[in-house]
Amino acid sequence: MPYLLRVVIFSLCTATFPALAQLQIEITRGVDNPTPIAVVPFGWSGPGASPEDIARIIDSDLARSGQFSPVSRRDMLSYPSRGSELYFRDWRAINSDYVLIGRYELAAAGNLRLSWQLFDSTRELSVEEGVVTGAASEVRMLAHKIADEVYQSLTGIPGAFATRLLYVSVTRNPAGKDFYRLTLADSDGARPIVLLESREPILGPSWSPDGEEVAYVSFETSRPAIYRQNLRTGAREQLTNFKGLNNSPVFSPDGNSMAMVLSKDGSPDIYLMNLASKRLTRLTQHYAIDTEPTWMPDGQSLLFTSDRGGRPQIYRYDLKSGNTTRVTFEGRYNARARVAQDGRNVALVHQQDGAYHIAVHDLVTERLTVLTTTSLDESPTIAPNGSIVLYATKRNGKSILGAVAVDGGVSFNLPARDGEVQEPAWSPYLP
Amino acid sequence: MKSFPVAGKFASILFGSLLLVACSGNETNDNAAAEAAAAEAAAAEAAAAESAAIEAQAQAEAATAAEQQQLQDAAMSAGTVFYFDFDSSSMTDAARMAVDAHIAVLLSNDDSVRLEGHTDERGTREYNLALGERRANAVRDYMVANGVPSYRIEGISYGEENPVAFGSSEANWSQNRRVELK
Repeated sequence: MPYLLRVVIFSLCTATFPALAQLQIEITRGVDNPTPIAVVPFGWSGPGASPEDIARIIDSDLARSGQFSPVSRRDMLSYPSRGSELYFRDWRAINSDYVLIGRYELAAAGNLRLSWQLFDSTRELSVEEGVVTGAASEVRMLAHKIADEVYQSLTGIPGAFATRLLYVSVTRNPAGKDFYRLTLADSDGARPIVLLESREPILGPSWSPDGEEVAYVSFETSRPAIYRQNLRTGAREQLTNFKGLNNSPVFSPDGNSMAMVLSKDGSPDIYLMNLASKRLTRLTQHYAIDTEPTWMPDGQSLLFTSDRGGRPQIYRYDLKSGNTTRVTFEGRYNARARVAQDGRNVALVHQQDGAYHIAVHDLVTERLTVLTTTSLDESPTIAPNGSIVLYATKRNGKSILGAVAVDGGVSFNLPARDGEVQEPAWSPYLP
Repeated sequence: MKSFPVAGKFASILFGSLLLVACSGNETNDNAAAEAAAAEAAAAEAAAAESAAIEAQAQAEAATAAEQQQLQDAAMSAGTVFYFDFDSSSMTDAARMAVDAHIAVLLSNDDSVRLEGHTDERGTREYNLALGERRANAVRDYMVANGVPSYRIEGISYGEENPVAFGSSEANWSQNRRVELK
């Protein structure tokens, strides 16, 4: 074939890559009265300068949630790192309802040990405290774990900061073929790593339920094919190479099989592949387009997009009975569903007056709520705690990521520093 | 590949000049060379008795080559990109006329073609992959209905992944809703 293959695969262990397509965060809307919290710089008792600004990572996480307004360091009267050094009146004086303090040190085997304590400065009591330990190379993740615990302690909802994002970054090349990079980053956009680079499209990235593997579609052979790739070892396997469409790979909740779209037998239909035997089972069989499968969290049924009724709408396929039922009825275009872990909220793309918005369909009340006001929104993905929908949208002709709270309260944008970014996939909770 | 003695050479030349060649691998060229060599030996044997006949044959081939060139010129001027209306996979009259010119070429040779289906940026990516495939299939079906064997046509959908016009207006979108023949 006259096609030049230019595909590079990187494993997490060996990747040393420039910070390409690093995401930035711009909060566009918060809640009305965010809770003021002071995240005091953490004390460092190891040798040399403090290796990471732990407090900065935590207060950025809390600010991004829109529910907190971190107090500026310049306003702090002191930087206590132990409870005995803390005077509540100093914090009440700068209107900080809560104070988070902590310190960290070297532990055995190159690990770091971070301890933290959260105080309520109005009631003058300790709310919660904890310790996290882990590899020094994962210090940012350890800080996110503290943010998760603080968030849960103050809101009652588990945090999802210690998670990661998968997305496709695209660098347009007016002189020739574009560059596509499958990229993995922390949930705050930090530490981007390129998993795959190609001059041909990469699309539909998704996570295995244990967060160890990813699946995606690559056109690197000049035809679409589905691949899976282990994030720890870098091992990569091509799963399909059928005539026609090969897309939308989604791991089942038990991790044993993968739903996907193939058109090898005529029109696009949903298939199930047993990942051990590679045996295929055809789930839907219709002359219309059936595509964009996604699993219900219990693994008993799948939602998918079909235009069997004339226009694309969401349908549900029950694995046990083999029955298909229509889920969405509101509007002329509802597609690319993703289900929250509660099995109730379904994020999808909804067309209204010619514009494509992100909406949430509640499977219990059957009500649809439009969450965004931009007009070319697509690829919604829900944080594992169900609170935020991340999606792709266009701004000034370029693809960027946007995020909006499922309750509509908070929104922020994550443009790439360079190039464009599309097709986000939020990881599950990571071990 | 045809087994006429002189036609072998002409076929090689034709192959080189064709714009629609999809997979002109080395194997084909090697075979062509081997056949041409064998053909030359056979031709030398027959030459003494039938040189006049061969000349006539060559003239006929030259005429065919000229006809081929004409068909190809017509196909190239018709263009290799066929446009579609919004949310539609039905071929427009303009698209049919352009494809007709390519069908004429394909009926006169053994080439394979690749049809790449594309959509504009509106709607979801994976649904657009399916729409792009529908467009490529529409062109394929039309070619098959007009006598081009289906095994010589490969359809690939890129959905909205490979726009040629950037920007979010109908002027750009209409250029992106297309099937490209390669």
